[in-house]
Amino acid sequence: MSKKVSKKDLSPETRAIINSQVTRRGFLTGAGGIGVASFLGLSMAELNAASTSGSVRWANWGYYIDFDEKSSKYPTLEAFTKKTGIKVTYQEAIDDNDTFSAKVSPQLKLKKDIGYDLVTPTEWMAARWIASGFTKKFDVANIPNKKNVIDLLANRPLDPKREQTLPYAGIIAGVAWNKKKTPAGFKTMDQVFDKKYKGKRQILVLSEMRDTIGLIMMWQGVDIGGKFTEAQFMNAVNKFDQLIKDGYIGQIKGQSYAQDLQSGNVSHVIGWSGDIAQLNLQVGSDQFGFAVPESGGTFSSDNFLIPSTAKNQANAEKLINYYYDPVVAAKLSAYINYVCPVKGAQEEMAKFNLKQSKNPLIFPTADTFKKLQVFRGLTPSEQLKFSTAFQKVSGNG
Amino acid sequence: MVALAKKVDINNSIASLKQKVAMPYLLLLPGMLWLIVFFLSPILTLVSTSTKEPGLGFGEFIQTYRWANYTDALVNLQEQFIRSFVYALIATAIALAIAYPLAYAIAFKSGKWKNVLLVLVVAPFFCSFLLRTIAWRQILAQDGIVFKSLVTLHLISPDTRLTSSAFAVITGLAYNFLPFMTLPLYASLERIDPRTLEASGDLYANGIVTFRKVTVPLSMPGVVAGTLLTFIPAAGDFVNAQILGNPSTTMIGNVINAQYLQTANYPLAATLSFLLMLMILALVLVYIRKSGTEELV
Repeated sequence: MSKKVSKKDLSPETRAIINSQVTRRGFLTGAGGIGVASFLGLSMAELNAASTSGSVRWANWGYYIDFDEKSSKYPTLEAFTKKTGIKVTYQEAIDDNDTFSAKVSPQLKLKKDIGYDLVTPTEWMAARWIASGFTKKFDVANIPNKKNVIDLLANRPLDPKREQTLPYAGIIAGVAWNKKKTPAGFKTMDQVFDKKYKGKRQILVLSEMRDTIGLIMMWQGVDIGGKFTEAQFMNAVNKFDQLIKDGYIGQIKGQSYAQDLQSGNVSHVIGWSGDIAQLNLQVGSDQFGFAVPESGGTFSSDNFLIPSTAKNQANAEKLINYYYDPVVAAKLSAYINYVCPVKGAQEEMAKFNLKQSKNPLIFPTADTFKKLQVFRGLTPSEQLKFSTAFQKVSGNG
Repeated sequence: MVALAKKVDINNSIASLKQKVAMPYLLLLPGMLWLIVFFLSPILTLVSTSTKEPGLGFGEFIQTYRWANYTDALVNLQEQFIRSFVYALIATAIALAIAYPLAYAIAFKSGKWKNVLLVLVVAPFFCSFLLRTIAWRQILAQDGIVFKSLVTLHLISPDTRLTSSAFAVITGLAYNFLPFMTLPLYASLERIDPRTLEASGDLYANGIVTFRKVTVPLSMPGVVAGTLLTFIPAAGDFVNAQILGNPSTTMIGNVINAQYLQTANYPLAATLSFLLMLMILALVLVYIRKSGTEELV
């Protein structure tokens, strides 16, 4: 990422971000971890006590938890161990939903331990795990904080009563732009793909099918959370194809899109909320705008779930319960900058960072939520067919 | 007593003969094992994966010996195959055009700067391949010096874009593989005996004729090696097309990458990988035959 401002001009949080150079769907952050440093400094005796009370093995995405650079420790996890005596083996093992699941599924099928008691795949993949019988139902008694899950995510088709999954963090996809290039910003998809951008290849979209095609489908008036048909999906893919052929779309990218937005290579992007929050923090001003188009934006979440082969189910449940404590959730969200799925965390965050607690990208307002839809679960054959079609149009298949 | 001694002697020599016969095989063993474990078995796995069909579960593929995967891939992805070879060919030609004078200058005209120049040719390797490619995006960007200069010179209109284009992809390929072209060329040019050039002059050939009739033929092994070392990786590359291209400039490497990691359609990815290998192998064989150079540096 280019650094146009001198590091000295930046706030301590921003410097921490730059120094940490972290990335998970964009560069997540080093910010907000400040204030939890007091949790560090566990004594050896405490650690030993912890190891006697059992353990839990958690596979999560890279750079997706609060991290203290100086001690190379995860403050909220350290605090959990201190509180419960449960030792956490935290591994950044998930790089991609498909590859991770393909790797562990043979063992799951054979009912052999996959080495994790807790995993956090994205919702659509979590749905596939449930459908394949790869999950364990929660023992609700261990997760009293389950009641804190926000309403939007409390009742999802993949798991209507939240008996085996709970969201870890939420991700909004919408349109983001550089205010220097487009001071007025974008309110609708018609503005995003206005005729004046034809042939300019100035727009960048996400390589995540559910977000890019999801936004186009919503633009076409399709309810992506409902029972849309294959024809409706393909209709959006055709529209996408046309947008590429007409030279609207310059590139289709994963997390590195934010650099293009920053360097001025593109005028606007279909991107993720957390990244834009980070980008603004990084440049130290509100240079980048983010909006959910009027036709709607996509919302997805990464979900805690316990694999059917887990050896430490109760400990995994205690860990989930811990992250559903609003105080802990506030600390985590202040660091990772993605949508917090826990009720009451906003009030808790206000106590140590009032400004961030008002960030609508971490705590979206009711109006924003109204416009968000989660892409419905696909059957395995739909998944293969749709993703093949998407790759084909993207020039990759 | 003597006869016994002779018999022992014969036995000894038979044993040593056996040893002599077995020795080469023993010496070959580590290499063969290496090839079996790290070349043959992966290739067989690749071929076996390529005839499977995707099942409905996670990473589940059913072996159906569907050889039609190959024809399907060729029909559906001919565009990307052709594009890969065309881009690689153009990039190789550009790299040759840049590297030949460069290698010639280093070999014959650089004097005491020879080592410094050689280090400079290799210097880009000290920086990551990815970083160098991403740097090209900045170099060719709208607010970059190349774009602005070209616009000022009225060579391109301000509305064109240099990034996200076939131009950028080919430029990136030619740049990234330039050292692979330069070094073999330098090696074969450097080996040319200056006396052959003098002899050519003594026979009343001027500089151009000497270059055409003596230098070029003698540097052919370097040209063949350099073009192969550039063309082969360029044809299978996906980084340049991914970073510098747009959805209409994807190469076969991008398809393989996406099929493995995004769609998780391993059979198609395996089919494409195997096809790409076969095609490159065929092209290389024809090329070496035609150029008549058996001595590849």
